[in-house]
Amino acid sequence: MELVAEKNTKNFTMNKESEQESKTKISIKNARVWYGDFEAVKGISMDIKPNSVTAFIGPSGCGKSTFLRLFNRMNDYIDGFRMEGKIKIDGTNIYNKKIHVEELRKEVGMVFQKPNPFPKSIYENVAYGLKIQGISDKKVLDSRVEKALRQADLWEEVKDDLKKSALALSGGQQQRLCIARTLAVEPSIILMDEPTSALDPISTAKIENLIFGLKEKYTIIIVTHNMQQASRISDYTAFFYIGELVEYSKTKTLFTKPEKKRTENYITGRFG
Amino acid sequence: MENANHQKELLNQAGLEMMSLCISQLEKATEAYLNNDVDLAEEVIYTEAHVNALDIYIEKNCERYMALYTPVATDLRFVIAILKINIDLERIGDHAYGISKYVVEDETKTPEHLIKVLQFEKMHATIRDMFEDIMDAFENENVKSARKVFKKDKILDAINSEAFSVIEAEIKKDTGIIGKALQLSSIIKKYERVGDLIKNIAEEIIFYKKAELIKHKGNKK
Repeated sequence: MELVAEKNTKNFTMNKESEQESKTKISIKNARVWYGDFEAVKGISMDIKPNSVTAFIGPSGCGKSTFLRLFNRMNDYIDGFRMEGKIKIDGTNIYNKKIHVEELRKEVGMVFQKPNPFPKSIYENVAYGLKIQGISDKKVLDSRVEKALRQADLWEEVKDDLKKSALALSGGQQQRLCIARTLAVEPSIILMDEPTSALDPISTAKIENLIFGLKEKYTIIIVTHNMQQASRISDYTAFFYIGELVEYSKTKTLFTKPEKKRTENYITGRFG
Repeated sequence: MENANHQKELLNQAGLEMMSLCISQLEKATEAYLNNDVDLAEEVIYTEAHVNALDIYIEKNCERYMALYTPVATDLRFVIAILKINIDLERIGDHAYGISKYVVEDETKTPEHLIKVLQFEKMHATIRDMFEDIMDAFENENVKSARKVFKKDKILDAINSEAFSVIEAEIKKDTGIIGKALQLSSIIKKYERVGDLIKNIAEEIIFYKKAELIKHKGNKK
């Protein structure tokens, strides 16, 4: 990974090793976000562990998606967006001016609520990011596309039809294709913003199984409104409310013995 | 959510009904035994079907509540507690049934002195007291009342552990009481088991309210 200008790469690598030892993939210190006058995230600090699934839960408008989008700087282009605090990935401050946002997004992939494949073939969708990276060797592309499709558990279903339009796939297949597209550029973090809310239960189960398998190699953060999904697939859960982090703990603790009454009221459906 | 709360309340009511019913069953069975009241014992035997029906009703509704409302945290602990308390209560009901069967099958009265030397009335009073605590704990979600039963259960354990040698001595004095002495010994064992079941119920209530697992722990005060 090379987030910063070349001369700083060495430093960054050293940071990466020391951060992994202390088992923090993303470190957030006092993050605050404003959209104009509206404060959407009110000073959140937390550490995200590597090779784990962390779920963000909370009612609509609680700031969890805004917070998630800080990790690959997706909020940067929103009118009135302003941010304070520090977010470090593998020890590197990603809001440092030297950061190449394109490089950051190679490292931090994102999957959205609605599958958004490009109107191109299945193959081209997965190869897209690789070609942007300058990879043109057909053999390398073929192998990376196959690897990503296999990781996304889609290869067996599409291997004989790679030239077919991605738009002809079912919703669930399209979402797995988007995951394959994300995986192809080999990120270390995958952000998922309600990735199954538009999918049927079978497709949802496939994505959930996929997430479970992927955490061996990736750090996954998922925003979900489905509490059962959070409890089924995540190792850690963070509960947000009106821009604040109310509780963040191991999922098995948060869903059995939450520390805060507000968390308990939310997860038991008594919130309001 | 209203519906989930409503279902939870129905389960709570059914649990309370089961508790009242099983306490009443054991109380009647004991009264039938002490007074040799065959009719009352028959009533307990007849009512056992009601206990079993309520047991199944609660079990089915716990399963339904879990399947339909996927409870977590306090709601999950509640349904786990109800499910386990229900099993314990059903067993208390079984003990009441067993005692009543003795009364129906053997209509002779147990000699007064046996009841006295084996401290059966003290056992009975202790169980009654424990029932009061557990009922208050369940009805009012009162953990303090639940914790009271652990100490009282030790009274039952002490009487039960002494019972064997007391019975042995009594039989040596009068072999004519062998049948009745063994029967009472069996009832004392049932009572001791009822004490353990009340203790289990107390543990479940504490688990539900405090998210605290205390079973298999020595000091439960």
